[in-house]
Amino acid sequence: MTATDNHNGTADAYAAERDTTEGRVYTVTGGDWDELVASVDPVSEERLIVNLGPQHPSTHGVLRLVCELEGETVRSVRPIVGYLHTGIEKNLEYRNWTQGTTFVTRADYLAPIFNETAYCLAVEKLLGITVPKRADVIRVIMMELNRISSHLVALATTGMELGALSMMIYGFRDREKILDIFEAVCGLRMNMAYVRPGGVAQDLPRDGLKMIREFVDYMPQGLDDYEGLLTGNAIWQERTQGVGYLDVSGCLALGVTGPVLRSAGLPWDLRKTMPYCGYEEYDFEVPTHNGADAWARYVVRLEEIRQSLRIISQGLDKLEPGPVMVEDKKIAWPAQLALGNDGMGNSLNHIRHIMSQSMEALIHHFKLVTEGFRVPAGQVYTAIEAPRGELGIHAVSDGGTRPFRVHMRDPSFVNLQSLPALAEGGLLADVIAGGASLDPVMGGCDR
Amino acid sequence: MSADPTGTGAAGPDDVQPVGMQHKGLFGVSDTGDTSGFGGLVQAQPSAGEIVSTPEPLGEYFDEIVAALREAHGDEITRAVIVDRGELTIHIAPDRVADVCKTMRDDESLRFELCSSVSGVDYPDQRNRLHVTYHLTSMTYRRRVRLETAVGLDNPTVASVTAVYPTADWQEREAYDMFGVVFEGHPHLTRILMPDDWEGFPQRKDYPLGGIAVEYKGAHIPPPDERRAYK
Repeated sequence: MTATDNHNGTADAYAAERDTTEGRVYTVTGGDWDELVASVDPVSEERLIVNLGPQHPSTHGVLRLVCELEGETVRSVRPIVGYLHTGIEKNLEYRNWTQGTTFVTRADYLAPIFNETAYCLAVEKLLGITVPKRADVIRVIMMELNRISSHLVALATTGMELGALSMMIYGFRDREKILDIFEAVCGLRMNMAYVRPGGVAQDLPRDGLKMIREFVDYMPQGLDDYEGLLTGNAIWQERTQGVGYLDVSGCLALGVTGPVLRSAGLPWDLRKTMPYCGYEEYDFEVPTHNGADAWARYVVRLEEIRQSLRIISQGLDKLEPGPVMVEDKKIAWPAQLALGNDGMGNSLNHIRHIMSQSMEALIHHFKLVTEGFRVPAGQVYTAIEAPRGELGIHAVSDGGTRPFRVHMRDPSFVNLQSLPALAEGGLLADVIAGGASLDPVMGGCDR
Repeated sequence: MSADPTGTGAAGPDDVQPVGMQHKGLFGVSDTGDTSGFGGLVQAQPSAGEIVSTPEPLGEYFDEIVAALREAHGDEITRAVIVDRGELTIHIAPDRVADVCKTMRDDESLRFELCSSVSGVDYPDQRNRLHVTYHLTSMTYRRRVRLETAVGLDNPTVASVTAVYPTADWQEREAYDMFGVVFEGHPHLTRILMPDDWEGFPQRKDYPLGGIAVEYKGAHIPPPDERRAYK
């Protein structure tokens, strides 16, 4: 209603009035003040570009986000990646096939066993070999331990980024136990290069098995603690529920896989749908949720940890004595590792054998270590279910001792594309919550 | 159809061993002797040969896919069909990639909902040396297929599939960044992993790895791409 619609016909330039059931209501206006206010309105007119990262504690690594803000509302997000590009794929082309594991393991540094296994499955498919049963079971146990450690970091960092600092302490504390197991098994806590083409580098040590059993017994209590800490927490619910929404069709269009896809309700898990490493023999559930938000991803990850514990217990029961590397001496790494007083190294028995007993063994060792083995020409694509989704390896061989081309389809890289879809139109604080719920690892994203 | 439909044959008809990629001996060195005893060995380059289709029937679900694709686009759409190690590779023309992907996604008998991976491979011995591979996954039928297309350096243009599979956005940018393949129809084809002002395409085979020699106790160890290596 304008001022001239006044009921008695006299125009009041400053107070429009209208009759309501409560009596006459005057609306004080100021001529063209509306226009004036609108022309300087910072909320609807001024868009602020905020650069988040690449060095920012809440961006989950060296990720740069260029956000266009309208007040607190995010109008557009442009993720900028590449700060951690180390040329792993290019470097692989200058090393032999076995050395490749030491490179791929450094891509997604929170899931090294997955990188190695996916790569080794590709090499083994190119070679046309199958690994011994025991090696498969060890790979599964190690992968599931790694999945738990990766999910723990996801929970810990998400907690930290949303202000639940205790969760960060708990998550990293319990991940430490898994890193200790890794250290006992292969001497390294990260970037282990433990899985090799043809099997694994060495068998599980006796105390390693004991540590794994203790961990499986310990972990459910830890999960209950996290749930007690977060699930009923009103702030945690407010920060995650309805935040970072991405439904199934959005996930499929953007190629998002892993817990994010399952949190939208689609039970797509390569361990079930396209099994590898004997996953079809294990009894476990694929947890899903229909929230499709950060909360649902939190719930799905917690449940996946429980399922991983089930798989590990079954794996421990499946372990039967046997070789952990293929019998073919043309492929199997010649040296055996052993734990000495000064850490992990070549087994002294092996050194004695090649240095003072058998010239042929020395030649064989030298040939295989310096030259490596030849892989028949061709290309394969193998995919496994990494903690963040489908980790694919496209490996091409030209028949030589080195990879001709290896491409890693890393789930962090593909999933990160969906960040604008989940964050635009929400609040700036929800960019952090949504990004954390994707759990990108920039080492894997940039490779 | 020409004799070399995929354009993947050697650079010229007389080039049995492509120039620049001759592999003699075991190390590929000529100055110091090749002590391996294989100094006279001349090896064929498997990646330089022409792509030969697998004779049909192909087995498993492969025939079904190829038939559905040919029904939608005509017999000429598949330039070569290869089954190797239980994986199906369909070679198609670079300007038809988007059409084919649309059929692969929408056809009820195909239903490849997920574009798992887009990546490049550089075969320097071939005329159309830059290959782009698409790994498609059908969640409905639990199948995988690989589409492959090849372009030359003179016109490295491939139709973008971003309209069909939005997930290909970053992956095509990466293929452009690393190989210099131009995806026509991509909304913003810019470098993604390398800096914006970078020159050259790092994953091409003629792009050096780089690195510096390392001195260790007086001996100089050359960077990895200059060390002699088994070919």
